[in-house]
This record gives sequence, C-alpha cells and structure tokens, in this order.
Amino acid sequence: MIEWIVSACILTGAALMFLAALGIFRLPDLPTRMHASTKAGALGTSLIMIGVAFAFMDVAVTARVVAVVTFIMLTAPVAAHVIGRAGYFVGVPLWEGTVKDVLRDKYDPKTHHVESGLEEVEGPPKPITYGMAECPVLQERDEFEPKKSDPGG
Amino acid sequence: MINPLIVNIAYLMLLSGLLFAFIRLTKGPTLPDRVVALELMASIVAGTVGVHTIETGVASFLDIAIVLALMAFLTAIGFGRFLELGGPRDD
Repeated sequence: MIEWIVSACILTGAALMFLAALGIFRLPDLPTRMHASTKAGALGTSLIMIGVAFAFMDVAVTARVVAVVTFIMLTAPVAAHVIGRAGYFVGVPLWEGTVKDVLRDKYDPKTHHVESGLEEVEGPPKPITYGMAECPVLQERDEFEPKKSDPGG
Repeated sequence: MINPLIVNIAYLMLLSGLLFAFIRLTKGPTLPDRVVALELMASIVAGTVGVHTIETGVASFLDIAIVLALMAFLTAIGFGRFLELGGPRDD
C-alpha cells in the first residue's frame, strides 16, 4: 500500500518537473518561462520529498522533508519575483503576443521611476536608493549618487 | 522496496527535464532566462536526490537536497540583485 503511494508521488513529481523543463524550453519569453518553472518545479520537488517521507516512515526523515518542502514553498515565489522584477527592469523583451503590460507607460527605465498616478497629491518623486542610502561605503562612491542632470539628453 | 521500473521511469523524466533546462541555459537569449534555467536545474537535481534516497534507502542524502534548495535560492537572489543594480552583462 505504502509502495503505491510512494510510486504515485514519485511519478507525479517527476512528470511535473519534466513539464516544467518542457515549459522552460518551449515557452516564448521570460515571464511565461518563469511561471512554468516556478510553480511546476516547486510542486514536483515537494511531491518527490513527500514520497521520501512515505517511503521511510521515520520521524527524523519526515522532519527533514517538512523542512525542505517548507523552504521550497517559501523561497520559490520570492526568487521568481526577484528575477522577474530584475528582468523587467533591465529590459528583457516580452513576447509579441503579450496582452497586458501595466508598467509599459508608467515605468521609465532611465530614471527607474514608476508613476503612481498620484503625483499631484504626493509631490515630486524621491530618488531611489535601493535601501542602501545608509551604507557609508556606498555614500562615499560618486556613481551611487543619483544623477542630477543628464548631458546626453 | 519500491519497484525499480518506477524509479527508472522517474529518473528518465528527471534527466530529460535536466536536458531541456540545459538547452535553455545554453541558448539564452538573455541572462535572466539563464538564471531561471539554472534555478530549475537545481530543483530538478534536488528531486533526483530524493529519488536516489528512496532507491538506496540512505536517508543522509536528504541533507544534500536541503543544501541544494538553499543554494538555488541564494543564487537567484544574488543574480537578481546583480541585474537590478546594473552589473556588467554579456548576454
């Protein structure tokens, strides 16, 4: 009985990871590839780990499996968000069939500023410092300061 | 013990997934695509370690899966930070 549960978990997990890799191979641009790899990859790894827990039926192994699954479920969305955000900001081209890109008119890649639509209420935008403005090493570096004027236009 | 045929089918699917992810890693076309492919490769290897744990019955292999998941997350965060702060890129 346990053997069948383990087999089902392993096969489903491996099939999901194969689908994730197929998606990353076939899909047209970065966000679609990321949506394939993150969701299916995380669920596939978690299912194989749950299969390991069923195969061993041991407290120590189950604790480690719970740790791995929790960690994957917590970190996969964060990592995907960070890479997707970085990919959008460095200007990775989207698929030509993209229907909705809300940031297209509101994000300025030169100044790294996103319009909120509330500029009259909130005043002029503050320069973006990535939360490192307090770092003394970065404050001494000239290139970290936001550019006052752009001579190139 | 688990049926070896099931384990071999799982290995086959995982390895072909690894092959597809590796093709995307080499083709690119941009650096974030490669980072996503690397992350998927790390999670596929973690799954392979899980299948190997079931096959051999040695529970210590699970620690490798933990470390792999941790390293993949840190790599993704590092590459995202690097890309956003505008490091040198050669796609």
